[in-house]
Amino acid sequence: MRLLLGSLFALVVAAVVGLGATYLALTRGAAFGPLTIGSWTAWPKTGTADADPYVRASIARIGRLPTALGDGVAFTASADDNGRPLDGRCDVVLAGVTPAARFWTLTLYNADGELVANSIKRSGFTSQEIVRHADGSFEIVVAPRANPSNWLPTGGVERYVLLLRLYDTAVGVSTKAGREVPMPSVNVRSCP
Amino acid sequence: MIRWLLLALGGALLGGIVHLATIIILPHTATQDAYARLARSVPVNTVAPLPEPTAESAPMPFMDPAFASAVCRYDLSQGPLKLSVPVSLAYTSVSFYTRYDVAYYAINDRAAGRRVIELDLMTVEQHNQMPEDEEITAADRLIVESPTLTGLIAIRALAPEPGLMPMAKSAIANARCVRADEPKPSR
Repeated sequence: MRLLLGSLFALVVAAVVGLGATYLALTRGAAFGPLTIGSWTAWPKTGTADADPYVRASIARIGRLPTALGDGVAFTASADDNGRPLDGRCDVVLAGVTPAARFWTLTLYNADGELVANSIKRSGFTSQEIVRHADGSFEIVVAPRANPSNWLPTGGVERYVLLLRLYDTAVGVSTKAGREVPMPSVNVRSCP
Repeated sequence: MIRWLLLALGGALLGGIVHLATIIILPHTATQDAYARLARSVPVNTVAPLPEPTAESAPMPFMDPAFASAVCRYDLSQGPLKLSVPVSLAYTSVSFYTRYDVAYYAINDRAAGRRVIELDLMTVEQHNQMPEDEEITAADRLIVESPTLTGLIAIRALAPEPGLMPMAKSAIANARCVRADEPKPSR
């Protein structure tokens, strides 16, 4: 009886630890080799045949096709530079420049990876649509209400993520975070 | 007391094995991965345009709305495939995914250096079986080896502005993926 109880106990511990760790790894998006610059994180190896099992599992769970490395690199931001989660009811300003790439696109998704409905049917910008300063830097206002200059509407959703995809770029597996890969800053300007 | 601690430790170790096993098995059991989603709506060995993602519906999550896209769901069990993708004005890319959505190869219009991206897709075995002299005559064609028999080819053309989306779509509409031994369909 003691043996039976003991082994049952050990098996329950195994199930809780094992499945719990799997759940946490998949929902937190754990993977090896992240490239983090400011608020932005990319996993360049996700787009290669060397993708580790954690990446493969999370790709299968989400059901997306990752950006292949020969195509480009996708940077994700889900929090601002102070680490606060991005809130669609606040005005958030992206400012700065991007690493060299032939094209880039910035897209706003909800937490499930769906586009967010809004009045002007805009879910992102491409590098050609942006109004820039004289020195090439730009400012994008991610806000629920209309703003002058580059306005990316949030539709008032509570949580969103921003994806900055660089296409045909030198940023890749061997890139180290540093001065040569500048990413725009993400700062909350005002919050109701 | 020590007995229960030891049992908990053993359980935790076993839990580590459970964790690794579930992570490795998960892609093979997923029913909502990109391949499974597309397998329901996309025919095999032909290029099918994907609808633009909107807030209401999208073929899969995290699609880039600035791109016109199409997929070719391939099955190499009957033989190699030939792929040709005309290049659009801005940026065109072709990405190859295995059955389990791992990107193993991608090429864009600049890397291809031509007005049409032309590729032969085959398995490693089919590549080894190719007669050598044929390989010389086919030297100007790029050969891509697929690690799996089935998979996805994603063909995407950028519309730098929303007004250019029809142009990107028409470029993609002329993409072809056909069995290599079939006669080329007339355009």
